[in-house]
Amino acid sequence: MSIAEQPETHSHEHEISLEDLMQQRDFIRRHIGPRDSDLPKMLEAVGATSLDDLITSTIPADLLLENDPTFDPSETCLPNPTTEHEALEDLHSAASMNMPSRSYIGQGYYGTIVPNVILRNVLENPGWYTAYTPYQPEIAQGRLESLLAFQQMTIDLTGMEFANASLLDEATAAAEAMALCKRANKKNKSNKFFVSNNVFAQTIDVLKTRAQFMGIELIFGDAETVGDHEIFGALLQYPGASGQVIDLEPLIEAAHANKALVSVATDLMALVVLKPPGEMGADVVVGSAQRFGVPMGFGGPHAAFFATRDEFKRSVPGRVIGVSKDARGKTALRMAMQTREQHIRRDKATSNICTAQALLANMSAFYAIWHGPEGLETIASRIHFLVQLLASGVEASENFSVVHDHFFDTVVINVGDQQKAVRERMEQMGVNLFYPTPESVSISIDESTTTDDVLLLMDLLEGVEVEEDRELEVSSRFEDAIPDSLARTSDFLTHEIFNRFDSETEMLRYLKRLENRDFSLTHGMIPLGSCTMKLNATAEMIPVSWAEFSKMHPFSPLQDNEGYRHMISQLEEWLIEITGYDAMSMQPNSGAQGEYAGLLAIRRYHESLGEGHRNICLIPSSAHGTNPASATMMGLKVVVIKTDENGNIDLDDLKEKAELHGENLSSLMITYPSTHGVFEETVREACEMVHDHGGQVYMDGANMNALVGLVAPGKIGSDVSHLNLHKTFCIPHGGGGPGMGPIGVKAHLAPFLSEHVVVDGIVQADESKYAVSAAEFGSASILPISWMFIRLMGGEGLRKSTQVAILNANYIAKRLEGHYEVLYKGQNGRVAHECIVDIRPISEVTGVTEVDIAKRLMDYGFHAPTMSWPVAGTIMIEPTESESLEELDRFCDALIAIRDEIREIENGKVSLEDCVLHHAPHTVDDLTDDNWDRAYSKSQAVHPTAATKLAKFWPAVNRVDNVYGDRNLVCSCPPMEDYDS
Amino acid sequence: MNLENFLFAESHEWANVQDEGGDKVATIGISAHAVEALTDLVYMDLPEVGDSVTAGESFGEVESVKATSDMFSPVDGEIIAVNTDLPDNLEILNDDPYAAGWIIKVKLSSEDALSKLLDHATYEKQCSE
Repeated sequence: MSIAEQPETHSHEHEISLEDLMQQRDFIRRHIGPRDSDLPKMLEAVGATSLDDLITSTIPADLLLENDPTFDPSETCLPNPTTEHEALEDLHSAASMNMPSRSYIGQGYYGTIVPNVILRNVLENPGWYTAYTPYQPEIAQGRLESLLAFQQMTIDLTGMEFANASLLDEATAAAEAMALCKRANKKNKSNKFFVSNNVFAQTIDVLKTRAQFMGIELIFGDAETVGDHEIFGALLQYPGASGQVIDLEPLIEAAHANKALVSVATDLMALVVLKPPGEMGADVVVGSAQRFGVPMGFGGPHAAFFATRDEFKRSVPGRVIGVSKDARGKTALRMAMQTREQHIRRDKATSNICTAQALLANMSAFYAIWHGPEGLETIASRIHFLVQLLASGVEASENFSVVHDHFFDTVVINVGDQQKAVRERMEQMGVNLFYPTPESVSISIDESTTTDDVLLLMDLLEGVEVEEDRELEVSSRFEDAIPDSLARTSDFLTHEIFNRFDSETEMLRYLKRLENRDFSLTHGMIPLGSCTMKLNATAEMIPVSWAEFSKMHPFSPLQDNEGYRHMISQLEEWLIEITGYDAMSMQPNSGAQGEYAGLLAIRRYHESLGEGHRNICLIPSSAHGTNPASATMMGLKVVVIKTDENGNIDLDDLKEKAELHGENLSSLMITYPSTHGVFEETVREACEMVHDHGGQVYMDGANMNALVGLVAPGKIGSDVSHLNLHKTFCIPHGGGGPGMGPIGVKAHLAPFLSEHVVVDGIVQADESKYAVSAAEFGSASILPISWMFIRLMGGEGLRKSTQVAILNANYIAKRLEGHYEVLYKGQNGRVAHECIVDIRPISEVTGVTEVDIAKRLMDYGFHAPTMSWPVAGTIMIEPTESESLEELDRFCDALIAIRDEIREIENGKVSLEDCVLHHAPHTVDDLTDDNWDRAYSKSQAVHPTAATKLAKFWPAVNRVDNVYGDRNLVCSCPPMEDYDS
Repeated sequence: MNLENFLFAESHEWANVQDEGGDKVATIGISAHAVEALTDLVYMDLPEVGDSVTAGESFGEVESVKATSDMFSPVDGEIIAVNTDLPDNLEILNDDPYAAGWIIKVKLSSEDALSKLLDHATYEKQCSE
């Protein structure tokens, strides 16, 4: 649709179609910021006659879908746009095909009761879920505080010294533990890693994938044999996958005697009552915090935790929150050791972890804060008591036997040849167990289990109804199911933060206080380049809380999760159409994990052709840092391709290196449009060059928001891409996760997509399934968000979104002309959906840096753009389609006003040290400073425009000192008086 | 500071080789130019006495707020001393990179690698290019 046609349809009321009368397109205008009536003005500003004209002048013609002879728009499987209530009804009918049965499956996923005060005020609250990763600490002190509490909770419960602020899931956390053991244990030259047989099957499968391409050999055996091997490290599980609890201390000692490091996968709820692994000598402790108040959600998202000894803290993967101070010397939190993140380490990285699970880590921390140590003890003791009762009842009936003497919440029961009958009885009553072998059943009790549930389980096991007044008691065999020697004796969660908010009034106010310190999309634009901070519509978010989605166990039998499978396959079909690929894998939990899964498919494809020696991965210098990190983890050697002065891939260099490495060429990883925010004209050529030498093309989908409906990566020469559903397809960023990074592939790569070790609830442990995540569909419970977005917008709305995203970016670039320099432009002077503004010329003259401008934008009520990436000394701005013309203008006005403030330094009116930018951001502490002696007024500091007077967002602290924090690394909760200051 | 006897690697490490009881011992550090380019240093990962080093291979890491960088050994041999005070006092590197800011001492197993190193004037010239 061109905009020139639009006034006509709107000006003749009698021509309004039935569709319009039914408001079928209503959501499109709700999602897209600028009104149709704003478009002519904006188009005129950028020198285009219509949206179509803008696109034709921006995107090279040979890439456009409409010019592709194989593309027939009439054959599209994409839906027509629809209303919010119709889309919700549609999705609800799919959801109702799910049977949220009573699950006792366990295996890393347990029933939990989400405290309602957390459900409504955190999970369902855009103030929490629309924030970005806390890279700008001055406007993120709220979630930094709760993430620090997550670290403290992990440290306390595991008995370790240091913890990070979450990883993607337990299985990948275990793989990261293996990598840390390898890296930290340099002296030990072994390449063997021991894995106990009593580790979850899904964890083992991810370890197999990871080990194979890191040159690590896995050795499996009973935990008791860990000391018998020449190994660099080991993974034990406590309690084991079978629920059995054994003393790890002598085993860890034996492994240490052999110079091996020992990691332990564990369960936070068990550690409330069990002696923590840290007190048994463990070197790394990992696990999932899911059962601390995060629904199972058919596999995710939940937060994994990762804890280690102090001496290994600089090797910890993922994000770590640390304590530092601000410019006024006040305690302030921020992400520590950002240099450890792969965007700096690149091909030196041993981990490609970028996205964390911030929202879910926060929920778990709040769960601990809400219940406090005593509440958690009650819950854990109840769980343990109920499983003791169950075990005793089974033992008393004398039909079956309980396999282990020592356990926390899980018992394995030997049922002989009765398994089929037991299973039928259970499933008839909507009860799911885990069936580890053909002769046994495994039952995991959780927080939501009642005594009636235990009675029902006993009925169903025995096949006869147990009398209602039957007295339950714990038998002598199970009285010390947790032996005294393994009972927890040390205190935990002693910090006041876990002992203060136990009334709902206090909790509610605490949650709100933290929320109010954080800048989110509820306050204003977050113009982070490459992050696509668009609307996360309420209608898209609502299904996440539906019981039919949230209460599903990922290993439930197929007949129970048809609704999920139906929704996922529909979403896959739509994404296949949008990307031009032939198959999708929904397993990767983040963009970086998608890269890993994509390169894995390429490696396995080459191996299938007898070309397993291909190990060279070409990556432009401008790539996302995760690209080289993922390639390195896949055992590939990174060769950097130069970019020319316009920011484009240097084709001559690519040609030379593709030829040089010819026989060993594995792949090219490129981002399209480029990370420089332009549509390069030579991308088809680049892809062909690589294919000519037998290589494959990985097209990073980070910038898919510039392509949807206009260009399909699978149709312009790429073989595989990941999609950041948390960017382009409306999954919110959650303040630093969750994310989803499914990959699309061409048909030849489809046989090499990751599978899963559990099928229809049964473990298929024979060979590697090449899994990259713990769960088959990654973070399945947030997929309804993307489903809703596509269903609501329809093909037509998606296409228009992309067009307006490109218009918004070009509008900003145009408005900033004469004030700032846009570093890179494509054909006809156009940028793609984002633009890089060069601050270096300003810095050279005035000393003002991109950091100063970013911090000053906070005073004007904005989140900073992306800083110094992909080019140092620049800012990258991405407005997305969801920002209105008014907000774009407000933002441009702010940047222009800041430019005027910088000019005062150029004119010699003020020195750099005295200028308002140098001291930004400004806080209430500045406003109430009785000794104010700055060269500018308080009102200039905090109220630079009329807009800030209308709605002022106050940064909680002054500029945070990163150097101080990184030198003096403290990553646990500071004393309470620091909170109150 | 007289740097006449110092040798420099293109990767910005320096080596000062002296006779100690019949052995050739190189004191190794990183150049003032490298310290300046890295900006605010926050952390240093050091090897242990007894470790062997190979010319051109990493013996440790230095981390600034901007980047994590390997430090490459300019010589072959065995580490006989490590400046363990350094990680807690990284500002020494800014103040005195060629004396108090030494990082390791290596007993040379061979002098082959020395011929590939640059003298101070040549190194300075390389840095200014």
